[in-house]
Amino acid sequence: MSVVIEQPRSPRSRNQANLEKYGWMYMRLSGVLLVILIFGHLFVNLYLGEGIKAIDFAFVGGKWSDPFWQVWDLAMLWLAMIHGTNGMRTLVNDYTSNETLRKAMVWSLWGICAVLVTLGTLVVFTFDPCPAGALPELLPSFCPVA
Amino acid sequence: MASLPAGTLYRGKVGMWSWVLHRITGVAIFFFLLVHVLDTALVRLSPEAYNAVINTYKTPLIGVAELGLVAAILYHALNGLRIIAIDFWRKGVKYQNVMFWIVVAIAFGIFAAFAPRHLMHVFG
Repeated sequence: MSVVIEQPRSPRSRNQANLEKYGWMYMRLSGVLLVILIFGHLFVNLYLGEGIKAIDFAFVGGKWSDPFWQVWDLAMLWLAMIHGTNGMRTLVNDYTSNETLRKAMVWSLWGICAVLVTLGTLVVFTFDPCPAGALPELLPSFCPVA
Repeated sequence: MASLPAGTLYRGKVGMWSWVLHRITGVAIFFFLLVHVLDTALVRLSPEAYNAVINTYKTPLIGVAELGLVAAILYHALNGLRIIAIDFWRKGVKYQNVMFWIVVAIAFGIFAAFAPRHLMHVFG
């Protein structure tokens, strides 16, 4: 990134789309929301009840049959993936000197981000807690076959 | 003997090391996030596939590694709030040093409440 550093006393320029500013603001805004979302996620999934021991398909099925947790997890997915990718972009910008390599890495980061956000969103919305033909003992208790 | 360079407000102090730690924990959390989205996506494949992979999270080795993950998240989250305070609070810069130690104290407090319980789940 060929950054042109302006003369310290030159007036604030408005001639560039200020994407970096919005990135900066996004990190802080999403950061606050992620503290709430991820602390809640960890508390419910790892602290309450049997913690990690209780996590299985039926546990996820039970959670995602509630729109509250669908929205919670979806918000976490989007906010965290973009926050993390933008953070990695900052590191790539800081530590790569080769411009071609830098561009390739930043594009890869956003590519991976797009794929995982799409995948995760599809999973949350098309997930079936009671798939046909599955072993009944692996399913949430509300499934007709369980 | 050459004299040491004069101290700065930033280099080698809390400001610098909190920034280094923020980057390291951020990268670690990012790579876990990639894995975690993929492992959770397995619920779409079959209950067996998801359970097989999530069971590895309950093994002693990964169970202990999860403590590291939680510690990284605690630090990154609380130090992130410290950064926001430095940016937006009038007295943020003045208190950045003490806020760092408050971050460390709260992180340790929450970690101390979480770790024994998590280890009980993993090893119990």
